[in-house]
Amino acid sequence: MNIQTKLTGLRSKCFGSRIAQSTVIGVYLLSSSLWLHTAERSVLAFLMVLFSFLLLYYADKLPVPVRIAVGGGVFCLLIPLVTDANPYYLEVVSNVGIFIALALGLNIVVGFAGLLDLGFVAFFAIGAYTYAIFATKQANQFIPPAFMQFPLSGEWFWLFLVIGLFVAALFGVILGFPALKVKGDYLAIVTLGFGEIVRIVFNNLDRPVNITNGSRGLPNIAQPELFGIAFKPIHYYYLILIVVAITIIVIRRMENSRLGRSWVAIREDELAAQASGIRLLRTKLFAFAIGASFAGVMGVIFAAKQTFIDPSSFVLMQSISIVVMVVLGGSGSIPGVIVGAAIVTVLNVQVLQEFATWLKGLSFISIPPELDPSQYQRLILGIILVLFAIFRPKGIIPARRPSIDMEAIRRSDKEGKPLE
Amino acid sequence: MKKMNSLAILTLGFSVMLTACGGSNGNSASSGTASPAAASSSSSGEALPVIKLATQTALSGANAEMGIDVKNGVELAVEENVERFKSLGFDLQLLSLDDKSDAMTGTTNAKSLVNDKDVLVELGNIYSSVLFAAMPIYEEANLPVISAATTNPGLSREGWKTFHRVSGTDDTQGPDAAQFIFDEGIKDIFIVASSDDYGRGLADEFRKKADELGMDVLGNEQVDPQETDFNTISTRIVASGAKAVFFGGFYAQGGQFLKQLSDKKYSGMFVSGDGINDNGFLETARAENVGNVYFASVVGDLLNDPEGQVWAAKYRAAFGKDPGAFGVYAYDSALIALSSIEKAISDNGGGKPTREQVNDIISLTSGFEGILSKVTFDEKGDNVDATNFIKTFKSGTYPAEQIKAME
Amino acid sequence: MSGLSELSILPQVLIDGLTLGFIYAVVAVGYTMVYGILKLVNFAHGEIFMIGAFAGTEVLLALQRFGIVDGVNPYVSLLIAILIASLLSGFIGVGIEYAAYRPIRGVPTLILFITAIGLSFILQDLVRMVVGLAKGTYLVNGVELFSGSFAIGGSAVITEKAIVIIAATLIIMIGMELFVKKSKWGIAIRAVSQDPSTASLMRININKVIALTFFVGSAIGGATGVLYAQYYSTITPYIGFLLGMKALTAAILGGIGNIRGAMLGGVLLGLLESLGTAYIGPLTGGAIGAEYKDVFAFSVLILVLLFKPAGLLGKAVKEKV
Repeated sequence: MNIQTKLTGLRSKCFGSRIAQSTVIGVYLLSSSLWLHTAERSVLAFLMVLFSFLLLYYADKLPVPVRIAVGGGVFCLLIPLVTDANPYYLEVVSNVGIFIALALGLNIVVGFAGLLDLGFVAFFAIGAYTYAIFATKQANQFIPPAFMQFPLSGEWFWLFLVIGLFVAALFGVILGFPALKVKGDYLAIVTLGFGEIVRIVFNNLDRPVNITNGSRGLPNIAQPELFGIAFKPIHYYYLILIVVAITIIVIRRMENSRLGRSWVAIREDELAAQASGIRLLRTKLFAFAIGASFAGVMGVIFAAKQTFIDPSSFVLMQSISIVVMVVLGGSGSIPGVIVGAAIVTVLNVQVLQEFATWLKGLSFISIPPELDPSQYQRLILGIILVLFAIFRPKGIIPARRPSIDMEAIRRSDKEGKPLE
Repeated sequence: MKKMNSLAILTLGFSVMLTACGGSNGNSASSGTASPAAASSSSSGEALPVIKLATQTALSGANAEMGIDVKNGVELAVEENVERFKSLGFDLQLLSLDDKSDAMTGTTNAKSLVNDKDVLVELGNIYSSVLFAAMPIYEEANLPVISAATTNPGLSREGWKTFHRVSGTDDTQGPDAAQFIFDEGIKDIFIVASSDDYGRGLADEFRKKADELGMDVLGNEQVDPQETDFNTISTRIVASGAKAVFFGGFYAQGGQFLKQLSDKKYSGMFVSGDGINDNGFLETARAENVGNVYFASVVGDLLNDPEGQVWAAKYRAAFGKDPGAFGVYAYDSALIALSSIEKAISDNGGGKPTREQVNDIISLTSGFEGILSKVTFDEKGDNVDATNFIKTFKSGTYPAEQIKAME
Repeated sequence: MSGLSELSILPQVLIDGLTLGFIYAVVAVGYTMVYGILKLVNFAHGEIFMIGAFAGTEVLLALQRFGIVDGVNPYVSLLIAILIASLLSGFIGVGIEYAAYRPIRGVPTLILFITAIGLSFILQDLVRMVVGLAKGTYLVNGVELFSGSFAIGGSAVITEKAIVIIAATLIIMIGMELFVKKSKWGIAIRAVSQDPSTASLMRININKVIALTFFVGSAIGGATGVLYAQYYSTITPYIGFLLGMKALTAAILGGIGNIRGAMLGGVLLGLLESLGTAYIGPLTGGAIGAEYKDVFAFSVLILVLLFKPAGLLGKAVKEKV
């Protein structure tokens, strides 16, 4: 009996029944949240609470509503309670949320439609700057005061969520149009080029007309207001949570729609898809635009949350990090991408720093600054990429091919009604 | 039926195992870098209440030499005062973080710094843009900040109560450089600015003064901070006949620029600001090319000052290399922080002071004399006693020679 | 700036553009060879170039320490550095192919791409750490072998360095042409690029040919690295990434898979960048300047691809259904 079989057996014994699953989850949640509460900066405790949702995902003996309720409880109640004393965790989990949404957006382009986009962060930047320019004094530079005074107050934030969405989607189409006309293998370089162009333009658009304030960035971004209350970090957390939830729901819906299936068809075999009547360019553009719109919305939220943005947050490395999240997690699979985003973000933001600090604290080892672990970011990302590409190209949680329900198809054919 | 894969079961087993030792893990992971002296003192007997000085600066990236130098300055001050603080009943420690010259890392680090209740003062930033992003966080937590090297004038105009700086600002460095060039009888100049925060800011201030003085600006170009190819710009400069080139940016790039300029047989002046005040500049530009290099500096002359020489020797003994330009200012700023904390402790009857108390005392600093700096903070946090100097690399060695002081 | 001086710098600008362009060209050839045979963009090629630069610099620094550089004709030192660097790069290239690309042959392009990016990152950081440990900083200033220059008409100055680089890269490119057209192995490489299955029927050992392609491509990349180090005198572990992107852009501009196209693309790109830096500022009256030179170059690429999707010299490949 090999390890795989043994594990499977162990699996069904410990986690096979409803009682087992509920107990395991209960114990896990209790212990990890206690740990998180007592520890000041423990990365592991944090990761554990975060990945409780993974356990929930796999607890297939419990009814779905129950799992959703527990998951909701964890994210809406447990985490805020436990991190209440510790804004650092809140910051990290909010960032994770932002990148989850970004990765999900890229997943549409890369995972569903199979288009390698290496300049995705450009849409994120566009959303962020769209809001920031008008939420700071910046817009006064090129809009005459008689017309409007800036910065806009916090209530405009909600409108800008929508504006950011459309502006980003618009750029998705503008950038997508030429990008998709070139031969498939060149797409990556062209998108990379676009990403760089957007960054360089933002970095230098302070002359002749000062639109983005160039490399100096835009400080003091107006905070959103809801019913007169200005946002605090905890509100951002909930907002991000809601947006991520909406994102997941929307993408799930799309996955099963005609559009979603067209994307998969294009990804698998462009020629066959075209022969089946799918309008290639239009469908790909949709992927680009929709993916971009998610990034745009998150960009607006990011700008408000950071209160200061500058072009250095939107570099090529970010685009590639997001690609890593998608590939690592499982290209095309929603839970996979979420896991991938969580892992990479936490790695970038927390793990390496903590590891470095911990190493330095061990007074018997002295690490020369060149070997400082907080700088291993590229090395580790690179190793992850190579190992996964060789050994597990489908990612941590591979995308599931939905099984074809021939009966349902026949029925819908006969009745003339759309597929469920 | 979905099959749970090995990953989840591993997570489960792992978590059960870890929860068992969860308690002890949590506490040990929470401390930052402890200076060796502090580590030994805390291991003997019971733990004293901790006071930390935090530095957040660029420990990696192209200009890491400057960041490390600054961190070293603070570290030296901390190490020298550990005993003193122990006698007051406190365990003094240094917490040092790397902001990677990136604003997002800077803000995340700032949040974690602010969260550590033992951190009473933040020091050591070198990138104005990163500090800009982090200041709102520090301000909200009432964490006092004393900066030694961030020269962007905008920092003191936001009305932050917790912001203080020991160094001068760009809006004096740039104009002083222009005045110097003018005084040398040169009117034809060419400006090249790195498009990052520092470079642009410096070049803009320079430009304003140059226009005021009626100088003939033959060209004003921007380059990406990562740019390494200056061949064509050098060609243009030589062809334009400019007698002085002003460069706004840091030493890694500046060095390459000057090297390529020299290759094109440019023989005029090369003027810049403190960004090039580093040995790396000389090495990259090659010593034979720096004969005509001048720069405006907020940094005084360390090695011609008797106190400075003693301090430099201490630095060398501790870190095995010569101090850079800003190390001594970071050291002085740390001294201000420490003496303010001491005063706060005594005001507090020997108990650990709050950040507000420390901040109030820092803001009142007046006539402080450090190794090289004289410090009096005004209500915006700027140092009214800061002076600018013009220095040159004429001798081809580091550190630069001081020519004159500008008022 | 007066109109007169603007034109007068043109010869100089062109020379600089050509020098840079030739460097791009050789690196682009490396990319294009591997793409032609494996349909894979070897992202790590830029890093191999970078390793070549560091290896060459180390060799020269060592030679200098032993007093050899000053005693011997600089061309000899350069040759030694190039030889060692190219051999090293060649072997590393083959190693990468064997360890990382061979096990995953046949997987979708996306995965190959990702692997290449990952390799690129790993190499960058490894070199940074090694160099940083050895020298205390990852910025390395090399040995300048050629410091002379010649004036040619007007204010144009051509440095000895530029001449050496142009000459060396020309030799390499001509060598490549001959190799691919005339030599047995070159023909084998072309055969495998065009039609692997038929080639194997002709008793060509595919694996050997692929390894050879990597070796040759990487070797010339490494050699170019040494030349680059001579041109700029200062190198960092990150030059590979930036230059790699540009060279890849050049290869695509010329039509990837096509060696002549890569050379053309490289030269064109170098000229474009140089001209852009020189004239964007003056032409727009200072509104925008040299900081947009990359935008300029990328925009040209995109425009070319819009009208000639397979690149300038690329042939549109008929897809078999």
